[in-house]
Amino acid sequence: MMAYPERVLVTKIGFDGHDRGSRVVAAFLRDAGMEVIYTPPWQEIEAVVKLAMQEDVDLIGVSSLATDHLIMPDLIAALRDAGMDHVRLIVGGIIPQNEQPELLNAGVSAIFSPGATSEEIVETVRGLVVEARAARECAEEM
Amino acid sequence: MSSDGKIRVEVLAERLRKGDSRALGQALTVVENGGSNALALTEALAGAFGKARIVGFTGPPGAGKSTLLDALIHEWRREGRPVAVLAVDPVSPISGGAVLGDRTRMGAHSLDDGVFIRSVSARGHLGGLCEAAHDMADIMDAAGWPLILIETVGAGQSETEIAQVADLSVVIAAPGLGDELQAIKAGILEIGDLLVVNKGDRDDAGETAQHLEAMLSLRSGAKRDVSVLRVSATTGSGVSRLKDEIDHRLESAGVAAGADRNRKRNARKMALAIHRVASRISAGIPDEDIGAMRSEELDHVIERWLASLPTGVED
Repeated sequence: MMAYPERVLVTKIGFDGHDRGSRVVAAFLRDAGMEVIYTPPWQEIEAVVKLAMQEDVDLIGVSSLATDHLIMPDLIAALRDAGMDHVRLIVGGIIPQNEQPELLNAGVSAIFSPGATSEEIVETVRGLVVEARAARECAEEM
Repeated sequence: MSSDGKIRVEVLAERLRKGDSRALGQALTVVENGGSNALALTEALAGAFGKARIVGFTGPPGAGKSTLLDALIHEWRREGRPVAVLAVDPVSPISGGAVLGDRTRMGAHSLDDGVFIRSVSARGHLGGLCEAAHDMADIMDAAGWPLILIETVGAGQSETEIAQVADLSVVIAAPGLGDELQAIKAGILEIGDLLVVNKGDRDDAGETAQHLEAMLSLRSGAKRDVSVLRVSATTGSGVSRLKDEIDHRLESAGVAAGADRNRKRNARKMALAIHRVASRISAGIPDEDIGAMRSEELDHVIERWLASLPTGVED
């Protein structure tokens, strides 16, 4: 398939409403030439999976400042159940060091903490989108 | 196209026809990106096109298009009717990226399986839509969505393309836009089957509606049956009347709408293909590339266009 812009969902799941971080990251990704679907905070897992399916995104970026990242394993399971396991997942925000291994083991591809540069985020997302598209092609050939 | 690609397209078409919920999102990506896979997919599904009704919504930025669409979706959902939405947002002319935020205003439907929303970047295409909007609406049609709403980018004078895609065009204006209202006089106002004054709860909304009525009465040439409606998406006043009016007009257009859309589709594809060839020639693309495009796309389009003409016209 020919090259086309990365399609990325930037969202917040759970009860925390501090969305400055997710807005800033959405703008970074847009300025890097990506198509960003942005949602307000307080999304439910089911809604995020449905949105990812309708919008056919390659990657989901979740902002978490107050323990919402602990829901990530549930989101990953829901994506898998929906047959969307090619979609890559990154988390950004305040993620305590001791909780990071759990997220990475569950299938989160990358975690960004305060101080991460826009270049780092953009480069990582680009690489993961390539992975996601390859993973889907692979799954379809089976 | 590789044989792999062809197999994948056929499998995708089959999944879509069977109502696989993931297949529609994926199929929309394929047609949005164009090229030979898109052509193969639309060919494979062409037999299933033409059942849905397509309503276009256009108007200046800030008129409340997304919010009004949200209110209308509520009305149709109350009757249990499924609704699909294609929401086109502008692209950054500098980076090529976009933040697609229209569905944010339709968040109330995020868990409703009877609502399908797809956000689209205009990707540098002028005219208020994206280049593939027509094909994307067709794919939604083939997937069994009976009512498709298309929201254009915030439109000014020349974003009139929606009229070539939709069975019915709704132009949304709002009071207090002053010069913006002047700006739409010559352009999108002329394509509207329905003119809607949103934010109708504002005091100056009546005046805006009067302006529109006055413009309609001054219009020369073929008179169409155009109504002006005053609604408020936020209070909900007038929204169910607008929904009824849309339903009524779609119904009276009846089967003619499908045939009309085929005609519009062919005309539009022809224009797009010619435009693409012209822009590639002017950009100095090597001959072999133009040759490849010609065989894959243009011939196909011309063939289909000729086939749609009454017999005896080709010569």
